[in-house]
Amino acid sequence: MGSGTGIGRVRGLGSAKHGSMHWWRQRVTAVSNLLLALWFVVSLFRLPSFAHGVIVQWIAMPMVAVPLILLTISVFYHLRLGLQVIMEDYVHEEAGKVFFVLLLNFYSIAGAALAIFSILKIAFGGVPA
Amino acid sequence: MSRNSGRPLSPHLTIWKWGPHMLVSILHRVTGAGMAVVAGLGFIWWLVAAASGPEAYAGFLTVATSWFGYLVAIGLTWAFFQHMFSALRHFVLDIGAGYDLKTNKMAALATMVGSVLVTLLIWGPILARLAQGAE
Repeated sequence: MGSGTGIGRVRGLGSAKHGSMHWWRQRVTAVSNLLLALWFVVSLFRLPSFAHGVIVQWIAMPMVAVPLILLTISVFYHLRLGLQVIMEDYVHEEAGKVFFVLLLNFYSIAGAALAIFSILKIAFGGVPA
Repeated sequence: MSRNSGRPLSPHLTIWKWGPHMLVSILHRVTGAGMAVVAGLGFIWWLVAAASGPEAYAGFLTVATSWFGYLVAIGLTWAFFQHMFSALRHFVLDIGAGYDLKTNKMAALATMVGSVLVTLLIWGPILARLAQGAE
């Protein structure tokens, strides 16, 4: 921190001006989670069984694979936003905060990537039912 | 951030009288964080196992249908509905409604009663069927 003018000392210490977008996206993904998660749970329990062949044939359908990918994006984005707020509230030390938010970003992006790749592999016929 | 210990702290958690709205707020965070980790990892495992083939998927199913798997699933069911009902309450609060004390308290209580009730309604029949099958 410089010892220059008053404005020079406080510059860069304020809000990043991303707060309202974070808040709004939390709500948008909450609504999409609500619709997609309810669809997911209800459809899953309407299946005759959870056997491998049944699940693979189910996921391979376009009207299942696409909502499932959208659900993955919506849920992992929502949990990234939510956990970030929790970390910012309870991890007071700067280094720890950076570490946990970094870990959170890695988890949410890697997790979503693994899930989406698996869905696509099944949908494109990469897994014999 | 260093704090000047000569300055007073504003009154915090200790001065408030406990109410259901506080518990619901805490539960919203706990269930959200819990699902983010447990349901998140379970969802990834389920899909990766299904995409890897029948053997990997059989490994997932063995754990998912063990007593431990059912315990986690029941917990997640409650967490899901607690988080969902609490989120619906948040949407109402976000538009500026539901802040008078009585309504606020009733809605907070309703989320908790609702989540337990729905969990029982879903898992009661499933567990009853499992118990019959085990006999």
